[in-house]
Amino acid sequence: MTSSVNLQGADSSAIVIVRSAEPSRGLGFSELWRYRELLYFLTWRDIKVRYKQTLLGILWAVLQPLAIALTLSLFLGRLAKMPSGGLPYPVFAYAGIVMWQLFSQALTESSNSLLANEQLITKVYFPRLIIPLSAVLASLLDFAISFVLIIFFLLYYRMVPTVAMVTLPLMVCLAVAIAMGVGLWLASLNVKYRDVRYTLGFLVQFWFLATPIAYPTSVVPGRWRIWYGLNPMVGVVEGFRWALCGIGHAPILLVAVSVCVSVVILVSGLYYFRRTEDTFADFI
Amino acid sequence: MPTSSKTTGSIAIRCEEIGKRYLIGEQVRRKTLREKIEEAARAPIRWFSSAWYRQGGGENENTELWALRELSLEIRCGEVLGIIGRNGSGKSTFLKILGGITKPTEGRAIISGRIGSLLEVGTGFHSELTGRENIYLNGAILGMTRREIERKFDEIVEFSECGRMLDTPVKHYSSGMYVRLAFAVAAHLETEILLVDEVLAVGDAAFQKKCLGKLGDAAGDGRIVLFVSHNMLAVDNLCTRAICLHEGRVILEGSPGSVTSRYLQHWLPKFKEVVYDDIETAPGNDIVRLRRACVRPQNGVSSDEITVRSPFVVEFEYWILDPNANLIACVQVFNERGISVFTAATIGQPRTPAGLLRRCFFVPADFMNIGTYNVQLFMYFSGTTRITVSWDDIATFEIHDVASELRGDYHGEWPGVVRPRFDWKTEVLEPLPAQLTGTQDRT
Repeated sequence: MTSSVNLQGADSSAIVIVRSAEPSRGLGFSELWRYRELLYFLTWRDIKVRYKQTLLGILWAVLQPLAIALTLSLFLGRLAKMPSGGLPYPVFAYAGIVMWQLFSQALTESSNSLLANEQLITKVYFPRLIIPLSAVLASLLDFAISFVLIIFFLLYYRMVPTVAMVTLPLMVCLAVAIAMGVGLWLASLNVKYRDVRYTLGFLVQFWFLATPIAYPTSVVPGRWRIWYGLNPMVGVVEGFRWALCGIGHAPILLVAVSVCVSVVILVSGLYYFRRTEDTFADFI
Repeated sequence: MPTSSKTTGSIAIRCEEIGKRYLIGEQVRRKTLREKIEEAARAPIRWFSSAWYRQGGGENENTELWALRELSLEIRCGEVLGIIGRNGSGKSTFLKILGGITKPTEGRAIISGRIGSLLEVGTGFHSELTGRENIYLNGAILGMTRREIERKFDEIVEFSECGRMLDTPVKHYSSGMYVRLAFAVAAHLETEILLVDEVLAVGDAAFQKKCLGKLGDAAGDGRIVLFVSHNMLAVDNLCTRAICLHEGRVILEGSPGSVTSRYLQHWLPKFKEVVYDDIETAPGNDIVRLRRACVRPQNGVSSDEITVRSPFVVEFEYWILDPNANLIACVQVFNERGISVFTAATIGQPRTPAGLLRRCFFVPADFMNIGTYNVQLFMYFSGTTRITVSWDDIATFEIHDVASELRGDYHGEWPGVVRPRFDWKTEVLEPLPAQLTGTQDRT
């Protein structure tokens, strides 16, 4: 077959070659960029749909962390006299919970995202990465809303923001990156193995307990702390509190570990996702 | 138009030896992680035995299925290619490969131009969102830019005929409106290549006509439409060329009229009875095997003619080999347009022991319309969605018209999927008053 396909008039970017299975190369960011509007619409859909047909609507984004923080304040702060690293316990707990909600929501939603969008995957082509990405982006809205309440907390306890505030975005990015990385792994595994669904709830609970949300890192015995610090969320939550209140030492080492671990998780997650995405439509 | 620079007649899609293999085990039932781990534990043994098999020449044929094989095709700009074939012949897989949804196992396709996949009506529609919101969402999913959607928004709304409900969540739409809105978005997709799978089987006749017209327009612009359908009439009218797939290969190619008529004549087997005497080679698996399938008039044999006035029996015999399998048998009857006329299942029937079974049901007279029908039989495990066997076209039968005393001078077809004869009840509520009867007489 020597005659070439006559492609007059079509610019080269419009030529697609569909060929037999070979793993996609690179991360496909240029393609992702071309589909940015779809990313926008899917994120918008996830946000729009989340609190449909609820009485309190978006208020839920605040009520949930607030209720947990109050419960923790009562039982652990008041009754069990849990130390809270120099912060008023309610501020301590609420800040931790807000960060945790962002993480766990982004993780859960992205892990389930491919299955939830099965219909799209089997009927239309677009870079599959958009699906978990939009799930993660949508969870940022709830975070933004519950974050507003933190400011009221700080005002109530007459705490003045310090320069440490500038590191807040870093902590948010880290939490999102870790959630995304783990979410990518679980989402791709979920396509083939529905076990993920059952593992996920357990994983989130376990991870919650292994992260200094209800208690400070200082209660963890020294010899365990190295292993404890390998949990990247430890650095994120501690760093988040420090960035908010500026009290105590900056948890530089913990955050540095978080950065390293999150990079590993995110890059490996992206890699695994890209490697398996061609078969999603066949297995889902 | 993005297509204006393209010349009609130049090749825009070239498929070279495309093949797609599915591993049946994986398709039918998802493995859980536990099974996969167990498998991994046994892997060294399996590796050894598979190496042994490979030496013996040949993989295990039972576990893989080629949905497409050695498919080579060139499609030129402005063509409307109709793709016909039985269920499971690879039509949808072909579209999915061209659309990039799934990758071919071998071969490649070179495609120039943007591709729009319309494999389903309303892909990504969300029932909680309003019509307006769904137009944007669905448009974006199909590959339109926001500017494009905005530009065509009014046209889409007009086409859909649901302007009044635009700000109501689509969950409150009637199914007709839902389909109209979904198709309106799809119809305004202006990609150079459109992949259309059977979406026209929905909606009322007038709207279907409108949709067909829209597809015809697309081809007029020099775009390409690939149209999978069971509707031979639509393929005849709409397409410029047609292919027929059978077991993943192109078996017929040419003008739509010749392909559809040859398909109907030769490739739609006409048999009212099949018997498999040998249990070893009969279709089926370790759980169930087919022995006989038959469609016959109630008091006759399968070679007798079935008419609209004769009740008939759908009968099949099969072996249940696994005493633990609690199976539900489902019979689905399709007309020649591929529309499912009815489904009959053994739900609620007492559980059967293993062994040779005969099952049948009666279809009353004055129910089915005239035409050719296909019988599909599948069985699934009770209480699950796990299908263990599925046989397309286990029997084909024809229902003939009768010289009717009832229809007077009219000899045409009775429109409708079914042709029931209902009992009419007529009452004269009031005789015409006497003073009016006079005027009636004069006219």
